[in-house]
This record gives sequence, C-alpha cells and structure tokens, in this order.
Amino acid sequence: MASLIHCPHCGIRPKEEFTVRGDASLVRPEPDASDEAWHEYVHIRANPRGRTREHWQHLYGCRRFLVVERDTVTHEVYSVTDGAAAARGGSR
Amino acid sequence: MTGYRLPNSGLVDRAATLEFRFDGKRFTGHAGDTLASALLANDQLLLARSFKYHRPRGLVTAGVSEPNALMTIGSGARTDANTRATVAELYAGLEARSQNNWPSLKHDVGALNNLLSPFLSAGFYYKTFMWPAAFWEKLYEPLIRRAAGLGRAVLESDPESYEKCWTHCDLLIVGSGPAGLSAALTAGRAGLRVVLAEQDFRLGGALLSETTTIGEQTAPAFAETVLSELGTLPNVTLMPRTTVFGWYDDNVFGAVERVQKHVAQPLAKLPVERLWRIAAKRALLATGAEERPLVFGGNDRPGVMTASAIGTYANRFGVAAGKSVAIFTNGNAGYRTAEDLARQGVGITAIIDTRADAPSRSAEALKDVRIIKGAGIIDTMGGQRLNKLVFERSGYEEVIACDAIGMSGGFNPVIHLACQRGARPVWSVELDTFVAPDVGGGLSIVGAAAGRYSLSACLADGAEKAATIAADLGFAATSYEAPAVGEEVDPSFTALWYVPGAKSKAFVDFQNDVQARDLGLALREGFGHVEHAKRYTTNGMATDQGKLSGVNAAGILAGMRGVSPAEVGITTFRPFYTPVSFGALAGTARDMHAAPKRVSPLHGWAERNGAVFVEAGLWYRSSWFPREGEKTWRQATDREVLNVRENVGLCDVSTLGKIEVFGSDAAEFLNRLYCNPMAKLPIGKARYGLMLREDGIVYDDGTVSRFGENHFFVTTTTGLAAGVLSHMEYCAQILWPELDVRFTSVTDQWAQMSIAGPKARDVVQALVEDDISNKAFPYLSAGVVTLKGGLKARLFRISFSGELAFELAVPASFGESVADAVMEAGRAHGICAYGLEALNVLRLEKGYVTHAEFDGRVTPDDAGFGRMVSAQKLDFIGKRLSTRYGLTAADRMQMVGLKPVEKDKTIRAGAHLLKEGAKPSTINDQGYVSSASFSPVLDHDIALAFLKSGRERYGERIVVWDRLKNEETVAEVCEPVFVDTQSTKLKV
Amino acid sequence: MRYSAFALVKQALQGNRGWTPAWREPQPKPHYDVIIVGGGGHGLATAYYLAKEFGVKNIAVLEKGYLGSGNVGRNTTIVRSNYLLPGNEPFYEFSLKLWEGLEQDLNYNVMLSQRGIINLFHNDADRDAHIRRGNAMWMEGVPAEMLDRETLKKMMPFLNFDHARFPIMGGLLQKRAGTARHDAVAWGFARGADRHGVDLIQHCEVTGIRRENGVVVGVETSRGFIGCGKLGLAAAGNTSVVGQMAGLKLPIESHVLQAFVTEGLKPCIDHVITYGAGHFYISQSDKGGLVFGAEIDGFSSYAQRGGLATVEHVMEEGVTMIPGLSRVRVLRSWGGVMDMSMDGSPIISRTDIDNLYLNCGWCYGGFKATPASGFCFAHLIAKGETHPAARFLRLDRFERGYPIDEHGAGPQPNLH
Repeated sequence: MASLIHCPHCGIRPKEEFTVRGDASLVRPEPDASDEAWHEYVHIRANPRGRTREHWQHLYGCRRFLVVERDTVTHEVYSVTDGAAAARGGSR
Repeated sequence: MTGYRLPNSGLVDRAATLEFRFDGKRFTGHAGDTLASALLANDQLLLARSFKYHRPRGLVTAGVSEPNALMTIGSGARTDANTRATVAELYAGLEARSQNNWPSLKHDVGALNNLLSPFLSAGFYYKTFMWPAAFWEKLYEPLIRRAAGLGRAVLESDPESYEKCWTHCDLLIVGSGPAGLSAALTAGRAGLRVVLAEQDFRLGGALLSETTTIGEQTAPAFAETVLSELGTLPNVTLMPRTTVFGWYDDNVFGAVERVQKHVAQPLAKLPVERLWRIAAKRALLATGAEERPLVFGGNDRPGVMTASAIGTYANRFGVAAGKSVAIFTNGNAGYRTAEDLARQGVGITAIIDTRADAPSRSAEALKDVRIIKGAGIIDTMGGQRLNKLVFERSGYEEVIACDAIGMSGGFNPVIHLACQRGARPVWSVELDTFVAPDVGGGLSIVGAAAGRYSLSACLADGAEKAATIAADLGFAATSYEAPAVGEEVDPSFTALWYVPGAKSKAFVDFQNDVQARDLGLALREGFGHVEHAKRYTTNGMATDQGKLSGVNAAGILAGMRGVSPAEVGITTFRPFYTPVSFGALAGTARDMHAAPKRVSPLHGWAERNGAVFVEAGLWYRSSWFPREGEKTWRQATDREVLNVRENVGLCDVSTLGKIEVFGSDAAEFLNRLYCNPMAKLPIGKARYGLMLREDGIVYDDGTVSRFGENHFFVTTTTGLAAGVLSHMEYCAQILWPELDVRFTSVTDQWAQMSIAGPKARDVVQALVEDDISNKAFPYLSAGVVTLKGGLKARLFRISFSGELAFELAVPASFGESVADAVMEAGRAHGICAYGLEALNVLRLEKGYVTHAEFDGRVTPDDAGFGRMVSAQKLDFIGKRLSTRYGLTAADRMQMVGLKPVEKDKTIRAGAHLLKEGAKPSTINDQGYVSSASFSPVLDHDIALAFLKSGRERYGERIVVWDRLKNEETVAEVCEPVFVDTQSTKLKV
Repeated sequence: MRYSAFALVKQALQGNRGWTPAWREPQPKPHYDVIIVGGGGHGLATAYYLAKEFGVKNIAVLEKGYLGSGNVGRNTTIVRSNYLLPGNEPFYEFSLKLWEGLEQDLNYNVMLSQRGIINLFHNDADRDAHIRRGNAMWMEGVPAEMLDRETLKKMMPFLNFDHARFPIMGGLLQKRAGTARHDAVAWGFARGADRHGVDLIQHCEVTGIRRENGVVVGVETSRGFIGCGKLGLAAAGNTSVVGQMAGLKLPIESHVLQAFVTEGLKPCIDHVITYGAGHFYISQSDKGGLVFGAEIDGFSSYAQRGGLATVEHVMEEGVTMIPGLSRVRVLRSWGGVMDMSMDGSPIISRTDIDNLYLNCGWCYGGFKATPASGFCFAHLIAKGETHPAARFLRLDRFERGYPIDEHGAGPQPNLH
C-alpha cells in the first residue's frame, strides 16, 4: 500500500501519485443533525488497528477519490474502488 | 601477519596493474581487486582505528559486513567517508585515507582511551558529567563530541549526478551465488522477466571463492557458464554493483546501482548512482550466509579475520593473509579454509578447535598440521600486527607464533531484507542461529540464506523454488538440474558464544568496541532485554548494524541469562541493508530542480519590462519593476502604487487559480461550497466568495463569475489553487455525488492581467470593441468581450486595489502580445507595470485580506466578513461548526487597522500587541500584526492586525511590540481601511 | 545506587562488578492507587513526578513491551520551545525548563545538548510568520533571535546559498533548544520512578479496562486483573486502541513517522536546523550520526515502518537544504506510530469517565514534551485539576471550538 496502489481507473500506479484525505467511513450528517453528530463527523476517528477504509485521491492521475480498504498494521490492501460510486451506492 | 599475493590463484587480472594510494603511500593492485584485497596483498594490515578506544584494526571480513576497514575515498567535493575497503572496487588513481586518528594511523593519541577503558564502561556517560551542571555543556560534551564519528564529511556541493528508475519484473533474485544463479537460469529459461541483483561488482557470489568443482568445471567457471547463458536471455536483466537495500510494501524493493563509483573520472552523461524501485511479482532472497566471528580475548588484533574472509582473499583475490595462519574454529568449515590455504602453499600453524569431540579429518593437505581440540584462544599478541596467540586447553596455556588467525564461529543466514517489514527472525535449534520467518508468497528465502549451506543444496533449492514460482505465475515449467558438486564443505559446528578465560578484551562489536563484559554489565544493570542491551552498550549500532555482532550478542546474553537465544531474540532489522547515499535516494531533485518551476504566460512580458521576480510557491511572480535611478524595491514600489492611484497600472494576476465550472447543478454546488450565497448570482456578474473548512474556519477566498445558467468561473488564491480544486473534487465526488456538476482547472489556459487606476477604462476601452462604460459594464460585471482584431477575451470588473479596475483574461498564448498592447494603449495615460509588492500595498491601504490574514485560524467574523455568512442557506461547508462557542466568543481576535501615533515610526508584520503599560506575557498578549507596509499615499506605515475584541477598540492606543527587533511603537487602532474609506473610486 | 564520577571510578577499580540494576522487576500487586498505562517517556515521567512531586505512594506503570520501546526511543531527539500559540508555548517552555534541570533531578545524564535550533525561512510571508512566532516566544519570556542570510552564511556555509530553488532568507534561532539522548530519558525517568517506589511492570499488556457503576476500578492485563484508584493512559500511538477499551471516542489518528540516522561523521552540523520550504529537520548526535526526519507518510498506520516514497522525499529535502549531504550515507531508517490529533496539538485531560485520565495526541512533539507532559499529567491525576501550563490541552476543546492549530491546517490530521 505504501508503494503501489491499484487505481480502478488507471491501473497499478506508484503511491507518490496519490494523496490521502482520511477516513472513508465518515458520512456527512444532515444539516439538522445534532451538534454532537457534527462534532463527531469532523473530529472523531475510529482509528482502527486492523481493517480500515480510507479516501485516497489519485491526484496525479485521474483525480478520482478512491476508497482504499486496507489493513493499518500489515498495509495489505483488500480493495480499491471509486469513491463516488461508493457514495452514490450509500455503501459508506 | 604478512599478507602477500599468491603466485597463481584468484580471479584478478594480473595483467592489469592499478596504482592507488593509502594515507599518501603508493601501492599497486590488480583489476578485480577490492581496495581491501590490494592492501592485504601489500601487507598493509593496519587500516583503521576503532570508535571508542581507538584500537588498531585491520580487516575482519571480505564483504559488506566489515566493521573495521572503513576509509575515506576520493578528494575535494568527491569525498566519500566511511567507505568499506572490502567492497570498494579498486581503480587506477584511487585515493584512500584512514579515519578517526590523530596525528596518524600508527600513532594515535586517541588510543589513550584504551587505557581508560575501565572507566568508560557501557553507558558510563549516563552516570557522570552531571556536576557541576554547567560543565556538561561547556566542557564534557564538547570533549565527547570531538571524539564523535569516524569519517569526515566535506559537506560541499556534489559535482556528480544521480537518477531514479522504476522497473517491473516477474521475479527479482537478490544475490548471484549458487542459489541465485540456478534460480535465474530456471526462471529465465521458463520465460519469466527476471532481475538478478548482485551487490558485488562481479556476479557469482560465493562461487567466486569456492574451490570445489561443479561438473567438470571449477566453481567460478561454472558461474561464468551460467552467466553467459543468462546473458543471452532477453528476459533476464543482470545487475551487478546493485544492492537491494530495502523491502517495502507491495513487494517493491529499493536498490541502488553504483554506476560509476569504481572509476576515477565519472562520465558526466551518466549518474554515479542510480536508485531502482523494483516492483516484483515474486522475489527470491539468495543472499547466502555469513560466518560468525568468535568472541575471545584479543580477537580484534590486526591479523584476526573470519576464516571465510581469509578463504575469499586467497581463492578469489589470490592474496594470502599470512605465512603462518592459525585457524580457530568451532566447526568443520574452518578445516576447509585450512585445506584451501595449505593447497595454495600457505603455512598453517595450527587448527584450534573448541570441540573436544571434533571429528577427525584426514585431508591430505592437513596431514602435517597440528590440530588442537577442546581448546580456546584466550589472548593474542603483537601490538598492531598479530604475531602470537595464546590458547588454553584443560587448564594449560600455550603460546603459538602465527601471523593470521581465521576464526570460524558457525554461520548466520543473511535474512535482513526478509525481516524489514515486521516479521521477527526465528531461532533454529538445528542451525544454532536465527532464520527468516515465513513472510508470505511474495518473498521466498533460498539457499544458504534459508540455512541450506551446501553447494548442491543451494543449486537445487534455487532451481526448485524458481520452478515453483514459474508455475505459480502460469509459465510452462522447465527444470534445471545443476551438475554434480565435488567435495562439499561440512558446515556443522557447535555454537560457542564466548570463549572463556579471555586475558584481554574480547570484542563482540568491533567498530563500537563493545566487549562481552559490557553486555554483562548491561544485564547486571537491568538492561538484559536485547533491545535495551543494544541501546545501552551500542552493540549493533555501528555502520555494520550488527551484521557480525547481533547473533553473538544474543547468544552471550542468553548464556548469561541462562535461557535459549530464542528467548532473547535479536534486534530489529530495518532498512537500509547497507548504507545508501542521500544522493542516490534524492536523485535529480536538488538545487534548482528541487521543485518544478512555474511561470506565468506573461513572464516574458514582465521580463521585458524589467521585473524582479520572487518565488511564490512553485511560481515565479513579478515583484516590482525598477526603473532607472531606483535603487531599492521600496522606491519602485512606492512609484508603482502612486501611479496606480493617480493614473493606471498593469499587474499580472495569471497565477490565481482558475476553475471552470459547468452543469445543471453548478449553482447549487457553488452555493454549498461557499459560505456566502451563490445560487442567485446573475449571469454576467462576479461576486467575492469565501470558502470555509468544515470546522468553520476560512479556507480560501476568490471570485465567482457566472457566464451562463450552467456555467461559472471561479478563482482561488495562488497558494491554494491546487488545494481548492482537490477540495471541490472531494465535495463533488464524495459528499454530493448526486449533483450534476463538472469542473476543471484552467489556471494555465488564461493569461490574466489587472488594469487598475482612474484611467483604467480609457486604456481598456482602447482595446475592446464592446462598450465598457460604467453604465454598460458596471462594477462586478463579468463577460466575454471582443478585442480589436477579433480575439475573444474575458473581462471582469473587479478590483484588489480599490481603484477602478478591470481584469482582462486572454488565452495564454496571446498573453504577452495583449499585455504589450495594453502597455502601448496606456502609454499616453502614464501606465506602469506593477508587481506583487505594489499589489500588496494597494490592497493593504484598502484593508483587503490575503493569506497573511486568513492563516487557517481565522473565522469570517474575525476578519470582518461576519455578515457575509449566509444565515438563510440550509447547508454549506463549515456552517454547523462555525457556531461553536469558541469560534463566536466575544474576546476573539478581530481584524483592525493600525496607524503609528508618531508617523515616522514603523510597524512590522509579526509584531504583537500589548495594552499601554502592560507587562509582556502570554496572558497579556492582545494580538499580532498580520500585514504591514509603508503607505506612499498616506506617507506613513499602516498595518492590519488581529486584536482581541478589536472592533470595539477603534481609537484606542496600543503598543506594537516587536521584541525580536527591540522596538515598540504606539499605534492607534482604527477601522481596517486607510485610503478612499467610502470606496468612491471603485464604482465610477 | 547514586551515580557520580566518584561511583564510576570506584566501580571501575572493582571491575565494574558492583553496579546494581537501574530498576527492580517487581511482580504486579493486586491494587495500586494509580496505574499508568504505557512505559514510554511520558508514562514513566508521569509516574516519577506523581511519586516525587505529588506524594502518591502506590503507583504502577504497565508496559506491554520493554521500557521505552515506543516513540521515546524512535524520534529525532529534538528539544525546543519555539511555538506560536498561547495554548502551546507556555507548556513547551515549562517542559524546556524541566529539561534544563533534569540531569540533576534524575541523577542521570540524559545528555541534554542546548545547541540551538534554527528554523529557516525562504520568503516574506514565512519571515512574517517567524517574526510572529519569535515575538510570541518572547511574550512567554523565551528568548529568540532573527538571523539574516549573511549571518547564516557565516554560521553554516554548508547550507544551499548558491543554487537554491527557494533561497534562504533568514532563520529564527532559539539558543536554548537542542537535543537529548532519547533512550536515556526513558531510563532516567524509569530509574527515578523506581527509586521512589514505583512498580515498573514490563511485558504486561493491558487488554481491558474494568468499570463498576461507570467508574474505572482496574485493568485486565496479560498478567491478570490489576485494580487501581485512578487510571492514566499514556499510550501514544495506541491511544485509540486503549481508549476504546473504555469506550472513549477520540480525535486521534495513528500515523507513521519515519526517522533516519547516517553513518557516524566527525562533527559537522552544530545546530538543529529545520528547512522552511519543506519539513526537513536535522541535527548531529554526540556519537556523530546525523539524525533527521521530515513528514509523516500520510496514511493511518500502526506499523512501525514507512514507505520508500517518503524516504526519497525526505532525502530530496535534505539535499535541497544541504547539498553536501549528497555523498553522506544513510545507515538506518525507522518508524514510530504517532497520535495525530485534529489540530496538531496534544491532549492532557480528564475524561467523561471517573478516574480515567488521558495523555495523548503528541503528533510530532512528544519527545520534547516528555518532562512537562509527565509533570502536568501527574498534577492532573494527583490533584484532579489542570496544571496551568497545560490548561488549554483539554479533550473537549474541539467540541467547544478552541483548537490549538499551530499550522492552521484544520481537522485533517495528516496535514499537521
């Protein structure tokens, strides 16, 4: 994961082409959600030791935000999918 | 010891004699020598001084693990410190110097430390130098520091070049010994893309030092045969002089190729080193095994080496380490070295075997050699040159004359790479050493590195594992069977971590002078964990990173603790396998190539107008345009400012981020993106826009213009152009994928110039077909116009100076000619080019903000934009968290203006604010100056500042406190606008 | 056993056989008044000050590995107090003052070396930001100096003055900043704590936090249940994992930060120097190695290792700042797992759970904070109230809108 990322649009590309945005499991609350929900969305992270889902952007490539599902200890990557597709599908 | 060149043996090219120098003295060697082998052949035994005690040292190894023979090679800016002589390829004209000694290698004052060694035990410095307190930094530490390090870095600009490459392969093989070669041949014949990397300058690994036969051939000849076939396979890449230093995620390996480190005058067209990132589907670690030194009294005297090093010098380089060599062994391999030497006519004084029950050997070559079983060396003699050893057997001591000792303490597989990614080495009871753990399918360990020490096992293992990999990757299997191997080395041994009875220092880590007793002290003081022991004694922290000392230290600690080495473990292996230069890892990114260079489409125009440029992020922007007679930037800037205020000026604003936004939801998208309303922005209008982060803090500002129902154009600040685009992409793709919006950066597509000043309309109208009168094209208009001559351009009536101003955007390639035309049209109106400095003064006089104000901690309200934030909008980025208590507290710092009470006083950005009479303290700190400059219009300094509850404090006198400059200026707090406070000039 | 030159001589003459263990290896007791989770620098310092300054008697430190096996032993050893914001500067200055007396206090030479730190800047905006920072330091009574390009050129001719893509304009100097021997800090605090009766329990992993009626009563460990009156978490890097055992929701992401050391060189770099057009920092240890680092790798990780891309980036910045590094060889790289907080600043705070206290979020700043972190955390645990130097470092500052955002980067941890 720290060397190569398999972009679903561009193929296997070096990590240098990507930037990391952060936790992909967060869902932006509705405007009328509670203060607590908003605080947690912006500030609180599950930060799991193990499997996680993270938004990476293929900045020097297709510029798509990707969901990288991977392990935070072994750095093994389980899947890389397009972020918008995941967001539309409500699978986050 | 007396090193000399053997008459017939070895692989060096005796026809090619190379001259070189060591410490100024002239020597010769042959092509194919290392610096070490050439020095040994010249009987130069004393090569270095150790780190702590400055003990005289010679070679211990013939390879990368060498802890002693580090030297400085080269001169001037081409100096390489700490180079291991054992891997430095000899070339004509090589200049080497010894290190860490004064005044000379032979007579080194630092050796006094050796006498003080009882006081310099492990970790002694933690226990003293504490009194008196001031003495540590004034006296003790400078003394310690003077003793630091081995070689001297010149720290001059490196005249040579470096580069980086990627390569991809099916199989990377690290190491070209028997296992590596048979694997390469198997995989190569099967059609895999193979990369074979070898750290040595000659491929063949252990085969080059091997004296047995393979089939009908000698081992080196066999290696040649295999290599010549590999050379014919287009799918096989042979990479000598290439060290694989790291194993990273996704089976990517880092390797450094020494392209021209072995030549006196590198060619300018080639790099001296090349970094390879090798993305390998599979990899084989065929890195062999390393012989362990034995830890006995006097084991560091020049002349004591590993037996395999003595073997390599004789067999590969044709150099005898001495005329009467003693072998000290705990296994059978030592006998083999003795046989090899004896066959080449080297005298063997004795074989001292620690095993009382050692099997008897009946090799013909050794029939006259004294073999002493159940004995151990306890001391050596001879000062800087070994001449005697003392061994002990059953309580009796005996002295033997000898000039070299080959120590053979068993074998450690070289598993460094396999353990760089978290997996711990595993103790093997059978092999009495640590072996690589199972690290998954990506990297397999093969041959001696996997504990299969015999040559035939290595050849078979390489072929077998390569065939498995070929099959896994879907290649049609081929098999390779190496010819039969002649007499094999018997690698069996009986581990002995410490030879008892030492009469002088017994070293575990040679370079750092760590003795067995230091490990004992560490254990006694509670530092018995292997990592504690390492850090406390520095064992394994020298340039060889414990390659020789690590397993011995684990064994010694285990012995002292009464547990198995398995329980002790071994310290963590981390990159780099061997040290790598900054240069190789940095590649071409240095000096002016440290970062890309961006220039505006108007760069040439600015140059022609005499601009002085300044770095702004990646950009070079025109900063001011000095005219004849102007000596300082201030003179030019003041003139430019006044000219814009009185006449008209042209400023290049092309570096602003520009983003074209389309889509039926574009308006909705921008409405959510900015904190102020955008949905109802009329077509043909521009509007200032403020973008927040989700935490309610200002992120960026710019303008939004609408060219059509579904077509917008937004600008960002220069600094955040890339960040804003990425942020917009995140919003569009992840937050609101349902919105129909598309956008793209057009920053580089448009040349954009601001024409500002009371006469701006006269100048622009002269170039534009369309009517741009105030009525037809009022303030904040945005539209497409036709330039005289027919070019379509975009025109915006926006101002960052407070003057009547137009921003004119034309396709980038037309930029310079349009700018020239503007200057021509403006000549009659007194136009001038103005730069970033004037732009900054102009905006400051009007209280307009930049990232000096929006520093990532400021809310819209802090900067006076509170009313812009839409209360009506249901949602926008940053809406909810912007209402947090701390972000709306009354005592927040708010943006104000400052004017010095005495007009000739200066104010500097970065100064802080204090109430008059208040004592400076963090609690009394009232705020800070964000921007300041001299206002040529007002003829005194002005500033923008953030002041606690600032907007309630207009009229108050405040101290501008610049302690760094030792200056205090009393200033009056005022509204943050200094010129044309009613904005009468903007809208005419 | 008291350490001194006298003791050293005496022991040397006896063959160094009389040295005693720096700390005991006690069996865990069933109950302690205070348990600190994490035997790194901060945990050990907390225990030391709890015992020495605040008179707490019955304390244990639980460490899952060996003492000092976390970030205290894998950093670039920099000590400084050159911060901008009022939430940080008083705290780090308090820490530096403790550093300055630490060796005598601990009777252990942590080799504090006040060589001075110079933060280079390369453009007007950076210069202004550094002036603001320097004046903020002076507000707290911390001396700082601005050095111009010419002065720097004389002091450090090896910097890139001739062919720099981002020319050096000047630097901000804090003379009292410097480095310390990182392992010695852990050992010194451990030995000091042990001398004050603290039980240091190694190889004891906390696996659960037991609560009764909502109140923390002890921890489950790999060596059984251990009861406690108060529980302090000082497990930076693993804060989220330990915090989760008590159901804490934390503003933390774990990230890997790599650091590097070169082969030993004769002294050539006197100061700690940081690059302003990037994030590179370098100093030379008393042993001769150049110790340096730059930014985190950028992805959340609990692996104590990073990627080659970051390695290369670090070296690029190094050679850009000091061209002569090009031929210097790098010996070793390592990685530490950082608690990256949402504003880049640390947390020393009570929690919503009674008897549970939190020390985390150290980002890049953990090592230099060690003494003050321990002192302030001990103060909080012992007295139940915040130490003045740490009064802004509260956990609830995010919710309340009081971030301490030194870099102005916002709540995205990998940007700090």
